[in-house]
Amino acid sequence: MDIQDQTLIDKINGGDFQAFEALVNRYEGKVYRLATRMLRNQQDAEDALQETFLQVYRGLKSFEGRSNFSTWLFRLATNVCLMKIRHRGTEPSGMLPWEDYLPQHEDGEHPVIQEWPEKPEEILLSKESREKMMEALEKLPPEYRAVFILRDIEGFSNSEAGETLGISVAAVKSRLHRARLVLRGMLAEYFEKGKDAGPTLVEN
Amino acid sequence: MTEDHKGKESQSLECEGMECKEILEKLSEYIDGELDPQICKDLEKHMQDCHPCLLFIDSLKKTITLFKYTASEPLPQEVHLRLHDYLRKECKDC
Repeated sequence: MDIQDQTLIDKINGGDFQAFEALVNRYEGKVYRLATRMLRNQQDAEDALQETFLQVYRGLKSFEGRSNFSTWLFRLATNVCLMKIRHRGTEPSGMLPWEDYLPQHEDGEHPVIQEWPEKPEEILLSKESREKMMEALEKLPPEYRAVFILRDIEGFSNSEAGETLGISVAAVKSRLHRARLVLRGMLAEYFEKGKDAGPTLVEN
Repeated sequence: MTEDHKGKESQSLECEGMECKEILEKLSEYIDGELDPQICKDLEKHMQDCHPCLLFIDSLKKTITLFKYTASEPLPQEVHLRLHDYLRKECKDC
């Protein structure tokens, strides 16, 4: 476990509330980011953030340190988000039609794949583009979305993501691959439209 | 697609080794550096001759990069303040 986390946890368990605030400061940004991407609603994300850290405070005494604190924290945060999603009851189902987003080979011909902009980060200058990206992420079923966020946005390893979500490394890899293919496909649809419409992709 | 590309691609359809479909299945492992070195070599050989697969992997990498960039968004100050107020109040009763 991270030494700073362990030191803070020891102090918190000794009754030091400032140490808890320091621990919250270390992770609040990451947890909020996870929640905004999972829930795509700022109020729900803020509620999830508050609920998660309250659960952390309540659970710290029984946290035995078998896993990293961050793994435990993200497991709590992901579960809080998944619970909120379940309550909404409007999320995409567990099936991901990922094959629909693969290039289609017809009559032995290769599909036409459009070349993407050289510097994709320029795309992010556009508010519309960021919105499209978040929309695409929202279309993933929650269990695929969680894997993609942990692995590709937060930089977890396969085993850390697996431990956080309680699934095998093989399941992480499979969901991640499908999630990436679907997101690529959704963004490709947008880029192709953007090309037709001119240089709006890089404008605010 | 240019005539040149069409020619190149029909040629790659007939080439031996990995098929495009197999390539698609392994792209994430390739990007993450988790692919067996021999399969990796076969995949790179295929991509030398297959322009669509090359473009596809480029766009997949860019998709990941784009979402990674969004990770730098900071926590809004007012959210931070409300969180700490909430915890100070709620944790008193714990």
